[in-house]
Amino acid sequence: MLSYLVFFACIVLILGVLTLALNLQWGFTGLFNAGVVGFYAIGAYTHAILTAAPQAQYIGNFGLPWLVGVLAAMATSALAGWLIGLVTIRLRGDYLAIATFGVAVSIQLVALNWEPLTGGSQGLTRIGKPLAHLFDTPFGFNLWFLGLMIVLMVTIYWALDRVLMSPWGRVLKAIREDETAAVALGKSARRFRLEAFVLGSTLMGLAGALYVSFIGFVSPFDFLPIVTFQVWAMLIVGGSGNNRGALLGALVVWAIWAGSGVLVSKLVPPSRAAQGAAVQVILIGLFLLLVLLFRPRGLIGEAAVVSRHVTD
Amino acid sequence: MIQALADGILTGAIIALGAIGVTFTLAIMRFANFAHSELLTWGAYLALVVVAFAGPGTPTGPLSFGWQLLAAALIAAILTGLAAWAVDLLVFRRLRRQGAMPLTMVFAAFGAALVMRHLIVLVWGHESRYYTRELQMAVELLPGVRVLPDQMFILGLALAAMIALHAFLAWSRTGIAMRAMAESPALAQVCGVEVEAVVRLTWIISGALAAFAGVFVGLTPQLHPEIGFNLLLSLFAAAIFGGTGSLAGAVVGGFLVGLGENLSLLVISPGYKGAMPFLLLLAILILRPQGIFGERK
Repeated sequence: MLSYLVFFACIVLILGVLTLALNLQWGFTGLFNAGVVGFYAIGAYTHAILTAAPQAQYIGNFGLPWLVGVLAAMATSALAGWLIGLVTIRLRGDYLAIATFGVAVSIQLVALNWEPLTGGSQGLTRIGKPLAHLFDTPFGFNLWFLGLMIVLMVTIYWALDRVLMSPWGRVLKAIREDETAAVALGKSARRFRLEAFVLGSTLMGLAGALYVSFIGFVSPFDFLPIVTFQVWAMLIVGGSGNNRGALLGALVVWAIWAGSGVLVSKLVPPSRAAQGAAVQVILIGLFLLLVLLFRPRGLIGEAAVVSRHVTD
Repeated sequence: MIQALADGILTGAIIALGAIGVTFTLAIMRFANFAHSELLTWGAYLALVVVAFAGPGTPTGPLSFGWQLLAAALIAAILTGLAAWAVDLLVFRRLRRQGAMPLTMVFAAFGAALVMRHLIVLVWGHESRYYTRELQMAVELLPGVRVLPDQMFILGLALAAMIALHAFLAWSRTGIAMRAMAESPALAQVCGVEVEAVVRLTWIISGALAAFAGVFVGLTPQLHPEIGFNLLLSLFAAAIFGGTGSLAGAVVGGFLVGLGENLSLLVISPGYKGAMPFLLLLAILILRPQGIFGERK
């Protein structure tokens, strides 16, 4: 039980990084990224290809150190975010959603089909884990990874808080609220949006690298469009525009997802596994629609900020 | 090469039918309905229910099915139209009344799509299903170009549906009201167009056409819960290609996307076919975001 809780907490924290990244793009900047899983996958595969133990049949698998993989994962997903952002950021909101959705589908196809690099449907195994040789048991490693994740999460949360309170972060909100006014003040809406998009993509890539270095293998079936949906559900349920809400949403939604998974596997015979999984998705979909309809602000909505210069 | 052209035209007809609904929701409801592809799936499976009761009918002429399947498609079209309207009543209309942003609607559509698709999985599972087990011989239309008689029939039926819709939009009062809403909802309302009635009709027509598209996909040759979802990007590419709110645009866009997908198979491996509509979409958005028939705002 304890070992499962540690595992659960690690996954929630990794998904929490994704949700914070999406909150930066959607909650604070108003960019509809429907391809979250694409950037997550880029980070995951970059890390896997660079750090996995060498094998003759693959181009990659360089066996590089863990930290190199993580940094490179952030760099490639930042680059991908920049390229995609250059083309799509000027589009109207729902076109951006369609375009980013297409990006994620294409990336998944590449992961599935470019076998010499990505291992195809087999995926890649023996991926670099941080300091794994120091631990004898999986539990010991998971416990250490949890500690690492907590430190990382506190750092990211603090850094995002600083960034959003800075003049740069305030311009983001200004553009989201009233683009014309912000542009009239001489702020380039396009540049700020692109910067926020790239920063969010970088964090998504980091989350991908953390995920595969925790699990130890990478498979294209971990990067299906449903992941994008789950991350969105976490953000909307928790409350977009609020980082504490984003983290709470990650916890609540993943608890419902994992809990219903356990329940379904207990109640549904294995021959009906597909139906059981369908029930899980229907539950989370309904939950999300109900939140949208009856509590559109989410569990903790965005806090109203009033300038200190305003006096009654 | 010519075979790829023929295949492209056939897929194009199906994409066009689906894209008509997408383009109207984009223009009239003002949001990208990610759940539209699931209406195709629902239509296909609703027809399967009717076929399960009535049977696909004895093969007529060179076709692999009889009139019963056409009746099933018609019933499925009506039911899917009503289902599309029901989703609007349950979800989208409530959000509209709350004054939700268009992007909230897109997100709700995401949720609705997941629920709709997995309801199908819940009932029928992931296995492939068939309307009919009849085997069919391809006929050689031109030297080296083989087409199934079913496919020719589908193409004819799809074109007939498009022409009927065009006549309806061009000449009937309700059709003109729909086009007015697509142009400018505020102006249409001032002119006395009943907004809710137009919205209802838009959903029913979109759902019905999507159901036909779904049945056609299922007929050539099988149906599974992802038939709609796999076409999602193609539908959006076609709708945006044609310019939102334009029937002719959606039809032309549909054929171009269908041709693009099939011709690309001559140069790329089939594994990447799913990325083609995305690349086409990206090209359109960069070169001409308002679409070929759209006007620059």
